[in-house]
Amino acid sequence: MVWKDKYMKITMAHGSGGTASHQLMEEIFAPCFHNSVLDLREDAAVLSLDPGEYAMSTDTFVVTPLFYKGGDIGKLSVCGTVNDLSCMGARPQYMTCGFILEEGLSLETLSQVVKSMVEAAKEAGILLVAGDTKVIDGQGGLYINTTGIGRIPSGRNVRGANLELGDAILVTGNLGDHHATILSHRMNIENQIQSDNAPLNGLVEALFEADLHPKTMRDITRGGLGTVLNELAQSSRVGIRLEEERIPVSRSVQGFAEILGLDPLYMGNEGKLVLALPWEEGEKALALLRQHEKGKDAAIVGRVVEGNGVELRTRLGGLRRVPPLVGEGLPRIC
Amino acid sequence: MKNQEEILKQLKNYDGPPLKIMEVCGTHTAALFRNGIHSLLSPKIQLISGPGCPVCVTPTQYIDRLVEISLTPHHQVWTFGDMMKVPGEEESLSQAMGRGAQVHMMYSPFQVLEAALANPDITYVLAAVGFETTTPLYAQILKEAREKGLKNIRLLTSLKQILPAMEWILSHRNTIDGFLCPGHVSTIIGWKAYQPLAETYKKPMVVAGFTGTHLLKAIHRILEHGGEGKVFNDYPGVVSEEGNLLAKQLMEEVFQPEEAVWRGLGAIVDSGWYLKGPFAVYDMGSYDLRKDKKLPPGCLCREVIIGDNTPAECPMFGTECSPNHPYGPCMVSEEGACGIWYGRISI
Repeated sequence: MVWKDKYMKITMAHGSGGTASHQLMEEIFAPCFHNSVLDLREDAAVLSLDPGEYAMSTDTFVVTPLFYKGGDIGKLSVCGTVNDLSCMGARPQYMTCGFILEEGLSLETLSQVVKSMVEAAKEAGILLVAGDTKVIDGQGGLYINTTGIGRIPSGRNVRGANLELGDAILVTGNLGDHHATILSHRMNIENQIQSDNAPLNGLVEALFEADLHPKTMRDITRGGLGTVLNELAQSSRVGIRLEEERIPVSRSVQGFAEILGLDPLYMGNEGKLVLALPWEEGEKALALLRQHEKGKDAAIVGRVVEGNGVELRTRLGGLRRVPPLVGEGLPRIC
Repeated sequence: MKNQEEILKQLKNYDGPPLKIMEVCGTHTAALFRNGIHSLLSPKIQLISGPGCPVCVTPTQYIDRLVEISLTPHHQVWTFGDMMKVPGEEESLSQAMGRGAQVHMMYSPFQVLEAALANPDITYVLAAVGFETTTPLYAQILKEAREKGLKNIRLLTSLKQILPAMEWILSHRNTIDGFLCPGHVSTIIGWKAYQPLAETYKKPMVVAGFTGTHLLKAIHRILEHGGEGKVFNDYPGVVSEEGNLLAKQLMEEVFQPEEAVWRGLGAIVDSGWYLKGPFAVYDMGSYDLRKDKKLPPGCLCREVIIGDNTPAECPMFGTECSPNHPYGPCMVSEEGACGIWYGRISI
């Protein structure tokens, strides 16, 4: 859908609850977001849920730029919540979204973001059942909160504290693509790097369907693999040993990171998981992940060992600590 | 030439007199850590992080002045990311932003030219920190600013030269057995620049690259040539004998060497780059920052940078000073000796 007048902008009137709000609803949200729950236009969604355990998660998205190679804030806001639910072994079912729009945002931009939310939700099979919009002063910014819920089929037990000695640690693909994409946009650097922004519930389901038993899963977002693994090691009171030569990073991201003094171990992703399985299931899981488009660069990167924290066996055979990220990963001076 | 396996074996099994090797540059410190080199060496080989992390040697009063400028109406401070959290006497730039300081984190200092053209009412002050690698960039910016007739760009400089600092360390504490010379700085100044120092103090100096293999080879080189006053260029193809003549010319056209204050070391003659001649009008008072030479109390920065103490021997290490609450700048930077040390031993 292309907005009929691409120069039209959001004003405070769009958040007033009056006719402009109504117009926003009718012309942008309703045509995209319509389903059996939303179409009832009640004050709240009414859902009937099967008995059992549910996972629920909320996340707020404030990325700049709003559009980047491989995705945009709309796709990100759906995938982020879908992936958080998936990491608990849940099947994402329903989600809500809240928009905060700054005055001056073009309706064309909003419409594109909404459209890509719908596409991502369709791909993930999650239903959007409630939403809200507020308008604030500003310079055309756009922020989205999403909250999702999904049932955890019985028998699945995926927790950060489940790691045991000997478990295999896998990642589902190359690290750092999203982080490098966003920085490239901000720094006006031309390259071929593209965000990995994607819903991963299909990949996770495939693992369970193949009778594999992931013990722990996390999406490797802000802070990167190094930080996520430190959290897991701490929750499970174990150590994790990584093998540098097995950690998948594309050549272009490796080069980009070297120039800016960033370490792919601390770079964020939006379509990659780290998971732990019993060692004997590692190879089978790897083969399965690699058949899947979103897991084609998967690798077994290490295993759970005695001790605490995360250490890395370097290509030269040296051993070093991988501490959690402190502060932001800022590009450095020289 | 020995293969890597033999080099690794020799470095692991070294049993001669204890050796202190200084890596001068912060990027080497980070690369040594990233490759786990420390764990591959005999306990008799000690690696010391020298004064080549620009953030680590920036004096407190420089930060204080930046904070002051950033709070002045119609002024904006432009800086690279890793200066943001360096503590001044009272606060860091990042803390000052919390009370309205105008600080812009830049990716490329050249972007300031466009900004200055677009907003003539704002004075843009670049936090010009770094060594010979970054100094030519600032020289080029000012040349362009001058050609364009821009009057609203200023530099607060804390630009430094690496050779006077190495000489200071050798003349005050002649306990270092060999140096890994900075790879990036050497591309500008050339490997020959180290020769007088190597010959005077009879130390092997190796210009090295940044891969694990480069670093092992360079350390091994020092092992084999202990006591020899020679420079070895183990980064050929990147570093030449004379360096980058154009960049050197540019620096000398815009800057002149004068005394500068190094955090931890104090004042060192002719170790800073200051704006000169027609470019002096772009200076934001950098010379004034040399008056206050006192070091912050309790911080062992000095001893750490010259290799007398390890970071963990500082009484503040891990207590009052940690990456979340840095007291000394060696803890702030990802390339600072203390920050890296903290990462290695913590958890």
